[in-house]
Amino acid sequence: MCCMIDSDIPIINSKILREKLQENSIRIVDVRRDQEYQQGHITNAVNLPLAKLLADDSPEAIQKIAQDLGISDETPAVIYDDTFGALSSRVVWALQYIGHKDVKLLDVTFSQWKELGYEISTEVPEIETATHSVKINSEIMATAEYLEKVKENENVVIIDNRERLNYLEQHIPGAINIPYRTLATDGKILRTKEGMKTLLKNRGISEDAEIITYCGSVGTLSGLAYYALKSIGIPNVKLYVHSFKEWKSLEKPIDKQENANYWDLSAE
Amino acid sequence: MAQQLRPSKPADKQPKIDWSRRQEAENFAETVKLFRQGKIDHDMFRRYRLQHGAYGTRMTDDYAMVRIKVPAGQIYPYQLEKIAQLSEMYSIGSAHFSTRENIQLHWVILEDVSEIMQSLADVGMTSREACGNTVRNVMCSPMSGVCKDEIFDATPYALAIAKFMLRNPICQGLPRKFKFNFTCCEKHGMIRIVDVGLLPQIQEIDGEKRKGFKIFLGGGLGNRSFVGHQLEDFTPVEDLLYTSMAVIRIFDRMGDRKNLSRNRMRYLVDQLGWEKFQNLVLKERAIVKATQSVIVKLNIDDSVNEIQRPISVTDESTSIPDGYARWQKTNVEKQSQSGFNSVFIGLEAGDITANQLRSVADIIRDYSAEGFARNGFSQNIVIRYVHDDDLTSLYSKLLETGLAKSGSLTMASAVGCSGTTSCNLALTNSHRLAKEVQRKFLELNFDEDDDLRDSTVKISGCPNSCGQHQIATIGFYGGGGRHETNMFPNYTMSLGGKFDEDATLGHHTARVPVKRIIPVILKIIELFKENKQPDDTLAKWIDRVVKGNESSKITSVEDIKKAIAPIIVPPKIEDEPDFYMDYGSDTNYHTVTGKGECAA
Repeated sequence: MCCMIDSDIPIINSKILREKLQENSIRIVDVRRDQEYQQGHITNAVNLPLAKLLADDSPEAIQKIAQDLGISDETPAVIYDDTFGALSSRVVWALQYIGHKDVKLLDVTFSQWKELGYEISTEVPEIETATHSVKINSEIMATAEYLEKVKENENVVIIDNRERLNYLEQHIPGAINIPYRTLATDGKILRTKEGMKTLLKNRGISEDAEIITYCGSVGTLSGLAYYALKSIGIPNVKLYVHSFKEWKSLEKPIDKQENANYWDLSAE
Repeated sequence: MAQQLRPSKPADKQPKIDWSRRQEAENFAETVKLFRQGKIDHDMFRRYRLQHGAYGTRMTDDYAMVRIKVPAGQIYPYQLEKIAQLSEMYSIGSAHFSTRENIQLHWVILEDVSEIMQSLADVGMTSREACGNTVRNVMCSPMSGVCKDEIFDATPYALAIAKFMLRNPICQGLPRKFKFNFTCCEKHGMIRIVDVGLLPQIQEIDGEKRKGFKIFLGGGLGNRSFVGHQLEDFTPVEDLLYTSMAVIRIFDRMGDRKNLSRNRMRYLVDQLGWEKFQNLVLKERAIVKATQSVIVKLNIDDSVNEIQRPISVTDESTSIPDGYARWQKTNVEKQSQSGFNSVFIGLEAGDITANQLRSVADIIRDYSAEGFARNGFSQNIVIRYVHDDDLTSLYSKLLETGLAKSGSLTMASAVGCSGTTSCNLALTNSHRLAKEVQRKFLELNFDEDDDLRDSTVKISGCPNSCGQHQIATIGFYGGGGRHETNMFPNYTMSLGGKFDEDATLGHHTARVPVKRIIPVILKIIELFKENKQPDDTLAKWIDRVVKGNESSKITSVEDIKKAIAPIIVPPKIEDEPDFYMDYGSDTNYHTVTGKGECAA
């Protein structure tokens, strides 16, 4: 933990990262597509297109990705994207899932980083492969089976992070809806701590609850929600990583807001 | 492409009035909590919620619609950007422009409403008294200040009345909602269909030209609709506030608080008779004037708005984008100020996406010399003070963002209330129907037909009148019909409604199944084309037919009924299953409604 303050909260302030840019000990990972990365990235960042991780997200595959990026068990890593933090959240979560202890989500997107006038480069750093172990951190993961088992428990809150109309159309019974757009604030991928706490307080969600987040298919939007909850120190959060797509394919029960044609209010 | 750089953009214009009160957001959050804990009963909470602009949502207590008030329709770019953001965070990613110059966010989780209120306060806006038994959003014609036929600009008076009434104890618990409309001229406003309608006038008194209004009282649309009565020949501006207060005091004292379906002021006027009501108002005004303990005055800010052509990168290319002529003809009005235009942006049934809102904000900054926009009366947005030389470039920008639909100022821009998309009272999906009608009309190029230009199509999803069907040339309200054992959405069609100086409520003509509405409208247009006089318009022709003044083959509403009768016969369900489904639905129609909140 050479550089990170408050390592329980896996989020790093852009200003702090900027100060640490020249320390070669940190591995910064850009999860945009290859072409975007080639056109310019945060200085010293390496590239991991998210699609590569999603193609196979078994622990062994994640382990190999980490090793190929030069991330050992001890290497501090920082992840960013340009998709409001949803893609980078998913990668941070994957690394935490295989037991990496020092990985952080950058609190701004690449565009916001540029707007701040911080350093970018087109140079691709040399990567020395490293060795990474696999120590599955099962506490942060929810499966469909697990979710079904605990969803009626009083202390469990299930949060659907898709957009409102998708949620109204169909959702896991008992889930509440916090669209991913609710999580950001101007210029940052996450709300202020105070803002996040107010949101939960208004919704009557206890910070002691076990919270399970899910979204459409691959756990990106809900990954962002996972870290929004972590940002205020909520201890027990799980990501239902395979999300609603899997839930539906397993033909699990689904709820719907009936008797209203809400889709026709959309101008999309 | 030659581009010329003009000097840099001025900073965003700031509104002159901050309508917000931040404390109300926190109170709202607390009150929701008490309600959820069962410490406040349902009725009391509902009244409180409505007072703060959060309306109920169809078949659920979990969601609300937040109605953001936009007094006189004046909306600023950064306010639109904030609403864009709020629609993505707390609503459905689209916002809705209403027929009363409000902007609505639908399907908001009740517990999130306070967050919206907080954010609105950041940009000086409020939803306070946008619903409930209060003075609702004070409207003003979007052409006020730029209309060729206006006598003076009513906007400062509309804003002053809005400011005076907001949170004022005299109107927090009226028998029912109460509406003010100001206009520039008869054509652009709707002054005869509201509680108080005001038309600017100048009268010479003792050799001195004095500003004032013609005031119309007791109009309104609803289950029973009435046209307003003119109070007196001329009401000088000095009496505007006293008259308004007098009317509100009489309504507050004498309005019906028991019979929920008859408690708008128009029923009181009807019940007392106009002369008696008129006398009461005039006497009450004298009392208001005589008994003030302190001088109560309206705070009229009639300082002149700065008009400065915004200055950005101009496209000097001479190529005119496709569709420009059609759009220009049907969306742009010349202003009284030479060289400037008002551009009407049509939205399908008032809906706009978050990204489009952001584009509109940019377009206002880049093209409007007054630096803000006005919400219109027909679920549209009006960008004014656009220079002649900037119109083609503005059109290109609208094309890029999908807002360059033609026909805003024509019959093609059908109005539809929210219907079953969100409203508890709705019987049919009037919202989608309006979109379908508009799409069909544009496909048939009806917007370019001068004969149809001054006609309107307006649709409500129930017998109440949020879609203002009674003042449409062709109006519809939703209900259910039955053929054998199956139900289908069935609209009541009225013809010949008008809201100008000959304000007339539409004549109920026939019941039309939803999937026959477009064919029936087309049939009526066909009859008109066959029988019209040279220089005739559809609106004029229908007016003559409805009043029995037409001498061609079609002489009365009965003739129209006969002509459309074959079209509206219900088919067997097995021959045409789609007939029995509403738009936006793939199952057979049945009526479902919740409890209305209008009367809360």
